[in-house]
Amino acid sequence: MQTPNQRRRRHSKSFLLALSAATAVLLTGCGSRFVVLHPAGPVGREELHLIELSAILVLAIITPVFLFMVYVLIRYRDKPGNKAPYQPKWSENRTMELIWWGIPIVIVAVLGGFTAKTTFALVHPPEKSVKPITIQVTSLDWKWLFQYPGQQVATVNYADIPTGVPVRFQLTANGPMNSFWVPQLGGQEYTMPGMSMGLWLQADKAGTYYGHGANFTGKGFAHMYFHVVAKSQTQFNQWVKKIKATSPRLTQSAYKQLTDPSVVGTKSYSGFPPNLYKDVVSKEGGKYMNHMMKAAGLNH
Amino acid sequence: MWNEGPMIWTSDVLILLTSVGIIGVLTHFKKWKWLWDEWLTTVDHKKIGIMYLIAALLMMFRGGVDALLMRTQLAVPNNHLLTAEHYDQIFTTHGTIMILFMAMPFIFAMFNIVVPLQIGARDVAFPYLNAISFWLFFFAALLFNLSFVFGGSPDAGWVSYPPLTELGFDKGPGENFYLLAVQITGIGSIGTGINFLATIFKMRAPGMKLMKMPLFTWSVVAASIVIIAAFPALAIALALLLLDRVFGTHFFTMLHGGDPMMFVNLFWIWGHPEVYIVILPAFGIFSEVVATFSKKRIFGYSSMVASLLLISVISYFVWAHHFFTMGAGANVNTFFAVASMMVAIPTGVKVFNWLFTMYRGRVTMSLPMWWTASFVLNFLMGGATGVMLAVAPADYQYHNSYFLIAHFHQTLIGGTVYGLLAGMYYWWPKMFGFKLDKKLGMWAMVLFNIGFYVCFMPQYALGFMGMQRRMYTYPAGMGWGTLNFISTIGAYLMGLGFLFIVIEVIYSIKYGERDLTGDPWNGRTLEWSLPSPAPHYNFAVIPTVTERDYWWELKENNRTHELRPKAETLKSIEMPKNSARPFLMGVAFFFAGFGFVFHWLILGFAALAIVAAIMIHRALEVHDEYAVPVDEILETEAATGRL
Ligand code: HEM
Ligand SMILES: [Cu+2]
Ligand SMILES: [Cu+2]
Repeated sequence: MQTPNQRRRRHSKSFLLALSAATAVLLTGCGSRFVVLHPAGPVGREELHLIELSAILVLAIITPVFLFMVYVLIRYRDKPGNKAPYQPKWSENRTMELIWWGIPIVIVAVLGGFTAKTTFALVHPPEKSVKPITIQVTSLDWKWLFQYPGQQVATVNYADIPTGVPVRFQLTANGPMNSFWVPQLGGQEYTMPGMSMGLWLQADKAGTYYGHGANFTGKGFAHMYFHVVAKSQTQFNQWVKKIKATSPRLTQSAYKQLTDPSVVGTKSYSGFPPNLYKDVVSKEGGKYMNHMMKAAGLNH
Repeated sequence: MWNEGPMIWTSDVLILLTSVGIIGVLTHFKKWKWLWDEWLTTVDHKKIGIMYLIAALLMMFRGGVDALLMRTQLAVPNNHLLTAEHYDQIFTTHGTIMILFMAMPFIFAMFNIVVPLQIGARDVAFPYLNAISFWLFFFAALLFNLSFVFGGSPDAGWVSYPPLTELGFDKGPGENFYLLAVQITGIGSIGTGINFLATIFKMRAPGMKLMKMPLFTWSVVAASIVIIAAFPALAIALALLLLDRVFGTHFFTMLHGGDPMMFVNLFWIWGHPEVYIVILPAFGIFSEVVATFSKKRIFGYSSMVASLLLISVISYFVWAHHFFTMGAGANVNTFFAVASMMVAIPTGVKVFNWLFTMYRGRVTMSLPMWWTASFVLNFLMGGATGVMLAVAPADYQYHNSYFLIAHFHQTLIGGTVYGLLAGMYYWWPKMFGFKLDKKLGMWAMVLFNIGFYVCFMPQYALGFMGMQRRMYTYPAGMGWGTLNFISTIGAYLMGLGFLFIVIEVIYSIKYGERDLTGDPWNGRTLEWSLPSPAPHYNFAVIPTVTERDYWWELKENNRTHELRPKAETLKSIEMPKNSARPFLMGVAFFFAGFGFVFHWLILGFAALAIVAAIMIHRALEVHDEYAVPVDEILETEAATGRL
């Protein structure tokens, strides 16, 4: 027979074991595979700060509450000889209730404030002093087309960007709605037919960043990934030059072919039909939403 | 059908064999008449509740098999057990079935079994409508499940966003099955919402003021209000999408001014409140369970009521958190972010009040109480990650990732399903007259809980690793393999837990402890003053209530005899007659749905005409009640030793 004390000691031992196992798992969270936790740019970093802040705030609440439940369940167990007070009719206490209406209100106010601040900040370019570059993204079944109006090049399923430069992605879809997501650079934004949306991202350091469609679009969706390759401005310029010299132009008919449902590898083009992006948006109905297009800076 | 591969063939054969088996057993034991008279035509809320319960458990099995198939497919990278199409169909049917054909009927089972007994009523306000609601759900579920063997399941996700679900990308018929089945069950749900609101407002026993109602009943009020206000939005969204698909309109295509984002808004104007529809009754169940097993009054009753109603109101102002990343602008996103966080306030209050109900009580760790305690841990975590998701800029990173999958399973399983299981254990003796076996139940509880954390905790981490939802497979180089494998093990543990519940039910039918008192848990509310199971007219004499927890007070003061019927004063009782029409109406709706799925418009409209005919026939009905004679009441009450 074990005495209750022995049993308790054994319990707390296994609890400690479980706790350390859990910590070990959490610590591996510092591994670089956790891309969201290892942002490579100011947007992702800002988002990570909020993730951390919110996690700390909610942990501060739920941990004591859970421990309190365990304590109550043990202390007030219905077993013979339990000397803990029993007050079957005690069911009101204004002050206590005010406290637990009050605490979460304060927490929501704090978190809400930070949320609002970042939400408004992310609408603007992360870096004000550097001239941004624009990339127009079209999600197709099941591939990503990137057009560079400033450089007059285009790519499929990969996009090179210069480091330290804010990138303004303009997003649309030729097909079902998708969502453009590069976890290490920052959060996602939907691509929708007939609409043009904006997303600011920026990479601090050179590297190849995984990107994927996040909103389901059918059979080939799982294979709809791309890479964002960040490199120095000089290397980026060289890359543009190389594409211009070696790759074919994207013609209307080649674009037409791209829109057919299929999974393809990467491609590069040394040019594209001048109004392709705008035509796609308005072909899909953008003409019915001129006010939105204006807001997105597309209709001049 | 013939070209769909061995999985479908096997299912076809199994469905055929099961059907033949059921028909054979019923014929062999000459049970057809019994089935028809006692069940298919019944308008008794208790029986309807039991049918809901059985159907919900069956659907939990179907949805669970889907889940295991998905988890098996995802256990290792580059797996080819399922094709992309098949995986897409499975996550669509899994999501739809779990929410609409498992959670919804399960809460309706609880509504039906408990509410009239708790408020001292003989029936619901509209027993006939109640039967219609059930059969609409039942045949909608049948229609939805048939898609699997007849023409292909829907495969665009349970949210079914256009333009993916427009004809251009999805020829059907799977999507049509989805639209029609969900529409039909939705109509039934609106009926249930109206019915229970009317029941609670109109049929309470004399003296039961609103603030004397048990908290489960209050939670049904809150949920019913949400049902009535939210389901019409879904009905409209589905109807317009069906018009787009069947009649070529352009509500949700980008042509002629149509707008797919309108569907997304309408869907979530229903979809977000929907998750509260299924969680609010679970909150009510926990309140009953905690008070009963702590032998103490519920702490902060008026706070509990206020928070229920507050949650149901706030739940309408948060729907856009499902698409923070659709470019609505910073002001809109901020509004919906803060509104979403605010839901945590009343919810947190409920948790504190439950804990303080246990505090200074005497807690018995029965099965319902174990499920409640494990719910609290789950819901603290699920609520916490919910608040994290509500932080709009952070959600740009969580949206559509496995972080989200982990969050909503933690609240839907750890909240709704745990609550419904707690309720099932709690009221099982009232339904069937015996308790479920505690030992087997503990096995189920422990396995399910361990399985839960093993399955879903890794998914939070996978979200941080950038894994998207709805991927049928993933490459090996991402480092997602290990966590996915662990997650799959957890899913199988939960499956094992479910199996233990099945074994437990079968075992307990034979060996479960019989409940002869009608009050096996030393309960506090009126349903425990009745024998188990309750007679079909519920209360021989309607009690006059003077306080909250009336039954408990009577027991405390040795006054329980006041609720016993007295032979001299018994009067005959008017009860509604059984009717075949609700069942037939369900059948007609089924054929209407089937007709429209395959564009057989003649069948569709003919079946709708039959629905109309049935309604006219009902309108002309004069005598839909009969009187239960005093002799029969005397006999029934005497048999349970109450006279
Ligand atoms: C044994 C328990 C369960 C397991 C292992 C499980 C597993 C899964 C998996 C693997 C997915 C697909 C994720 C993806 O690829 O995107 C999923 C989706 C989903 N599950 Fe579950 N699930 C379980 C129970 C439930 C329950 C009880 C509910 C609801 C009450 C539910 C509701 C959903 C919903 C709504 C979806 C989304 C479907 C969609 O993306 O369209 N699940 N689940
Ligand atoms: Cu849009
Ligand atoms: Cu929501």
